[in-house]
Amino acid sequence: MEKLRSVSSNPHIRSKWTTSGIMLAVLLALMPTAGYGIYAFGPRALAVMLVTVSAAVLTEICFWLFMRYVCGHAGQKNTAWDLSAAVTGLLLALNLPVGVPLWMGALGSVFAILVVKMLFGGLGQNFVNPALAARCFLLISFPAQMTDFTCDAWTGATPLALLKAGEQVNVLDMIVGRVGGTIGETSVIAIAAGACLLLLLGIIDLRVPGSYLVSFVLFVGFFGGRGFDLNYLSAQLAGGGLMLGAFFMATDYVTRPITAKGQYVYGIFLGLMTGIFRVFGSSAEGVSYAILLGNLLVPLIEKYTRPAAFGRGKGGVRHGKQG
Amino acid sequence: MNRAGERLLNGLVKENPTFVLMLGMCPTLAVTTSALNGLGMGLTTMAVLALSNLFISLLRRIIPDRVRIPAFIVVIATFVTVVQLLLQAYLPALNDSLGVYIPLIVVNCIILGRAESYAYHNPPVASLFDGIGMGLGFAAALTCIGGVRELLGAGELFGRGILPDAYVPIRIFGQAPGAFFVLAALVALQNFVKEKLQKAGKPNEKIGSGCSKDCMNCSDGGCTKRFYDTKGKKKEDDRQEPEDLTILNLDEEEK
Repeated sequence: MEKLRSVSSNPHIRSKWTTSGIMLAVLLALMPTAGYGIYAFGPRALAVMLVTVSAAVLTEICFWLFMRYVCGHAGQKNTAWDLSAAVTGLLLALNLPVGVPLWMGALGSVFAILVVKMLFGGLGQNFVNPALAARCFLLISFPAQMTDFTCDAWTGATPLALLKAGEQVNVLDMIVGRVGGTIGETSVIAIAAGACLLLLLGIIDLRVPGSYLVSFVLFVGFFGGRGFDLNYLSAQLAGGGLMLGAFFMATDYVTRPITAKGQYVYGIFLGLMTGIFRVFGSSAEGVSYAILLGNLLVPLIEKYTRPAAFGRGKGGVRHGKQG
Repeated sequence: MNRAGERLLNGLVKENPTFVLMLGMCPTLAVTTSALNGLGMGLTTMAVLALSNLFISLLRRIIPDRVRIPAFIVVIATFVTVVQLLLQAYLPALNDSLGVYIPLIVVNCIILGRAESYAYHNPPVASLFDGIGMGLGFAAALTCIGGVRELLGAGELFGRGILPDAYVPIRIFGQAPGAFFVLAALVALQNFVKEKLQKAGKPNEKIGSGCSKDCMNCSDGGCTKRFYDTKGKKKEDDRQEPEDLTILNLDEEEK
């Protein structure tokens, strides 16, 4: 590979943004959410974040050291400090309930970085979102601890579980964040603040989140059983990890389609799947599985939404003179 | 090294059906929830593999080329039925936990693969040991996978609690995704060890599956990667029509 240094892989788009710049912006955008999590759930939330972030970065360093000194890949670049591992760790922490044992958070980080990211080739090569994959890994492995949202601040069921049981919920509380849930999913205001920052900086656009949320609302409206009841729909939108997932996970550059048309398809697919999981599934939440499933379909979506090359019509047919 | 020993080592190390040839993945992933299940499945398969190899080798001059696959299946199915009846009679618990995967041994790629690529062209004793070696390799691999999964997923080994009570079992290893993780990790581990040995000057080339990547001049009739058969009648291959072998191998490629 050393001889290919002058040619990068496509798309050949020039930008002043570097990987670490984007990751820093994402970290900044996550700060309101993380801050609210610490405010609402206490210092233990901070401990969970510190553990997952440091475990993620440490795993990446260890993997690099192993590849370099044991396997003899001297040319391997150390990507531990470009903040991408830190973003993965922080996103994982925001997806955990505050009461998880700290080692469980660390195990999730190791899984995210080692198995999902580095073993598939490192930054840019992971086929699903590492933080979400780690969350699902933990959810399958330790179902009791991962769905136990009781802590000092809150007791009782999450709003989505209440909704599923057919009870009424206070939407205002859900938007502000005065409800139970994982560390980072409760406050819609904090997430929206971070999302606005990313939108203003141009790091994400509304294609994926917009089509995701719209298709989700339409699905829940038609099939949710309560029609287009405003209270119900906004509770579904504000509840669970939907906002966090739509703005911070589904928009992950690596695991979303690169074509604009594909991004709409992807967003609509995520909305439909989340709706199906929430309305017809056995558990109240389905955002993580929907996004993971969407990630797996990305290569297929990209294949069918590839724009025609310059000078060629639909299906790659050449215009004008042949030959 | 004598021939029988070489066949055993070939099956266990050099051409381990699970870790190197990647054959028989269906039972490998499905039944290895515990070390005992893995061992049971491995030994059951080994019994069928050794006996079917022996009988196919004995019958290799009688079986016509064109119907060899159905003939293999009949031989293998006979032994699978025998083994299943024995398991039902003497090890009903194992029989219950392996369930449908016992009758499915009939279509196990390892057994059909060894019949096609080794037993059909080689004398009975070598074929018998080839079957035992491959079977042992399969059993060892399944026991390893099952052991790791049981240890991580339940904190036990062969049904006994090994790890302290403070250990929280990682349930995913007892489920389907865990099988893939453990298999991949063990394959990577053995590749790593083999690479290190190779660099340290201890290549296991002497345990020939006989592939020197030069099929034109290769003397090993049992090679599973063989494509050419231009040397005519081989020392190992005492079948009557050597030119049929070329067709046979070409047929394989077309599939």
